[in-house]
Amino acid sequence: MALPDKDTMAAIAVTRFGLGARPGELEAAKNDPKGWLKAQITRGAADQPPGEWPTSAERNIAYREAQQQRQQLQRAQGNATPPGRPGAAADMQTVQRQQLQQKLAPQPGQPNMQQAQVAGDGAGLQEEFIGRAQLAASTDASFRERWVLFWSNHFTVSATKGQTRPLAGPFEREVIRPSAFGRFEDMLVLSSSHPAMLFYLDQAQSTGPNSPRARNAENARLRARNPGQQQQQQRIGLNENLTREIMELHTVGVHGGYTQNDVTEFARAMTGWSVGNPQDGAQNAKFIYREQNHEPGDRTVMGKKYRDTGGTQALAIIKDLAAHPATARHIAQKLAVHFVSDDPPPSLVTKLEQAFITSKGDLNRVANALVDADESWAPAQTKFKTPYEFIISAHRSLGVAPLTTAPRPQQGAQQMVLQPLQQMGQPPFAAPSPKGWAEDTGTWASPDGLIKRLNWSQVYAPQVAMGPREPMKVAQDALGKRLSNPTMLALAAAESRPEALTILFMSPEFQRR
Amino acid sequence: MTRSIDLTRRGALAAGISLAFFGGGAYAAAGDKKLVVFIQRGGADGLSVSPPIGDRNYRPLRGEIAIPDDQALKLDGDFALHPKLTSIYALAQKGQARIAPAVAIPNNQRSHFEAQDVLESGVTQVYGSTSGWLNRTLTAMSGRKFEGMSIGNQAPLILRGPVQAASWSPGPVSRGERLPMILTDLYHNDAVLSRAFASGLETEAMAMTAGATMQSGGARQVAAQGPAAGNAQARQLGTSVAGFMMQPGGPQLVAVSIDGWDTHANQGGVDGTLAGRLAYLDSVVDGLQKGLGAEWNNTIALVVTEFGRTSRINGTRGTDHGNASTAIVMGGTLKPGGIIGDWPTLADGKLNQGRDLASTLDVRGLFKGALSQHLGLDKRQLDTVVFPDSAAIAPATGIA
Repeated sequence: MALPDKDTMAAIAVTRFGLGARPGELEAAKNDPKGWLKAQITRGAADQPPGEWPTSAERNIAYREAQQQRQQLQRAQGNATPPGRPGAAADMQTVQRQQLQQKLAPQPGQPNMQQAQVAGDGAGLQEEFIGRAQLAASTDASFRERWVLFWSNHFTVSATKGQTRPLAGPFEREVIRPSAFGRFEDMLVLSSSHPAMLFYLDQAQSTGPNSPRARNAENARLRARNPGQQQQQQRIGLNENLTREIMELHTVGVHGGYTQNDVTEFARAMTGWSVGNPQDGAQNAKFIYREQNHEPGDRTVMGKKYRDTGGTQALAIIKDLAAHPATARHIAQKLAVHFVSDDPPPSLVTKLEQAFITSKGDLNRVANALVDADESWAPAQTKFKTPYEFIISAHRSLGVAPLTTAPRPQQGAQQMVLQPLQQMGQPPFAAPSPKGWAEDTGTWASPDGLIKRLNWSQVYAPQVAMGPREPMKVAQDALGKRLSNPTMLALAAAESRPEALTILFMSPEFQRR
Repeated sequence: MTRSIDLTRRGALAAGISLAFFGGGAYAAAGDKKLVVFIQRGGADGLSVSPPIGDRNYRPLRGEIAIPDDQALKLDGDFALHPKLTSIYALAQKGQARIAPAVAIPNNQRSHFEAQDVLESGVTQVYGSTSGWLNRTLTAMSGRKFEGMSIGNQAPLILRGPVQAASWSPGPVSRGERLPMILTDLYHNDAVLSRAFASGLETEAMAMTAGATMQSGGARQVAAQGPAAGNAQARQLGTSVAGFMMQPGGPQLVAVSIDGWDTHANQGGVDGTLAGRLAYLDSVVDGLQKGLGAEWNNTIALVVTEFGRTSRINGTRGTDHGNASTAIVMGGTLKPGGIIGDWPTLADGKLNQGRDLASTLDVRGLFKGALSQHLGLDKRQLDTVVFPDSAAIAPATGIA
């Protein structure tokens, strides 16, 4: 298979593997497109969003406190004028309510986003998302960032649950970015033991039916005299949600050769993997292994027996799953689909699979194999950008990051990134299921999706149209060799700069990669 | 159709001049049979949607998430509806809603994604078709003018395929007519974008007259703002869908996705997570039904999910992936009757793999029943085009 010319390869490197060309980037990549990509592959970590960030534990604790404050406020409001109560008590509650309201009220001088978070739910979800969007829009290593996006989607933690709202952002920073080009097994272990994942897929409360804790609870339940008390005793037991998704989505894939019984056995082994409470001291809001929740006994998963070694019993299973040949195949297929085509050439999948197997899951080697494969450089643009990729690439084409494009920067991010993503069907950190965002053209190139992109372009273009470069130059810098004649003609015929930029953003070659 | 006609048409539309012209005037929505399919994504717990209050194993299996007898909305001595399904219950009281309490997809996939694929593709093989059965229904009805529309930002498989279906989700309406014309031109040689964009523009134009109101957020965001606000928005969503269906040239086949049913932990009973989703669903249905007015008599609405959940409450006060679940069948001129399909009971020996409600009705049979009795599709089309290789699956009878 012959490789295309250097100009086309540069466009492929920067838009298919990267997140869209910033001004001058095509030139930089043109001399050695493969080398330009390979220089972005590190030995381990990927970049972090700029600035200082709270840890997941800090986020989690702050969120819990904000929730408690809100509940207090609600209670205080609910009891504001209790009938038949002495006036003094009502007054006390009024004072308490006012104090709480002051505490939660927006402080003058704070930026809007901050207010939204303080007055909102304290999860920090939006600032986390804007931080990563800024990185994506401004990085010179956008292949590295796309690689992170792929793995972040592979190990989806969706902020659609209360417990995961403060943790979806930190999860990406603490699990995906540090191990982006390291060993797959390490990323899998980090993911499977991170509080975000443990909450998202209900592992944190999973308890062995024969564990000491379950037996104690059962005894307490039986000792309770009346049925009401019995009912109140918390029911505890097994949850197999995480172990199913580790097998189905994260490792061997749905046809990886496991059964329902394997899922359950794995779930029994994993009991005890949980998240610390305030009474757990230093482990508060961090991973904790609770021996008393662990289901005793040896387990058999996919034909292999695992001795009961406590917390490391599940670890051994996870490591075997990481090394399973079906995992290599599953990951290879997903990578080829994400980077190259909804229907990738089998020869490409085989190359990635081999790289995964021979390197024992070294993601650095897998990334290099992806760049080396001739199949990755087929000139046809078959991948349709997701909403996030579309919005980021538009920002990149203008050389700006999301916060600097509106008169009021924080509002700019809210109006030009967060809300539009919601409308386009890809709300921030909120994939619809553990499977993550869809990859295929059929999902995203919907009638409604195109209209939403047009609406966005029409609002965004006037805000950025007065930059130093003519729209035609913006188009050339963004698309290079891929800028088509029809699009050039339409740009030339545009009656205004905003119209021209809208045409660029909506052109078939800009919508694809 | 030539391109110049397209452009003229768009010009007229953008100026808000003539929908009759746009719709061709050859047909109108009134009197057309309509079908709405609600897909509950995530595996809805049928035993909570329609609690089998007469089954003596129901309460022992369900423990604290069982719906108390005095709060269940009783359909008869055997079945009830969840307390949050008040609008659907009101329909049931009028004979306009029935349940099929033990429906499942052909194979017992326990993966959401495989199961949804089978539910929507209408074939038994997982990932065995790139088109959905509702889209193939459009093909099968090609003699008549039928339109399909999905509600939501992403195109669901059920309506994907050879016929371009419309899609819509709440959001600001676009303005201006130059850019749509320019882009229509620019997409001329792009098969995917040209047909999707043309459909999008038509829907936009329709939205202006259908009174589909602007909403800034999707269902999830809305739900986060509190149940009351969420349910009001849900009702508005249902009204908007009805608005589209009432337009000349509006869709007769509509798919609406509602997610959030995967209740592995703390699913709740009368109140709680699942109850919140049911209240949302009930409000959308209410908005749709009221919005359709007299056209409700020409409509059948189905509520289906990819699988039900385990019969026994799990260790984290939720339920895991199961097999059969409840489907709800609604419509202004539904045939009277009790449940659709049989009740396998929750007795020990009757559970699928010892853990789930067993299936007594292939979901394709339910779909076939609605398509044949309501839309008049013939057996050959149903057995070969819409649900390939399904001659052995008989249509559910006595629906419409």
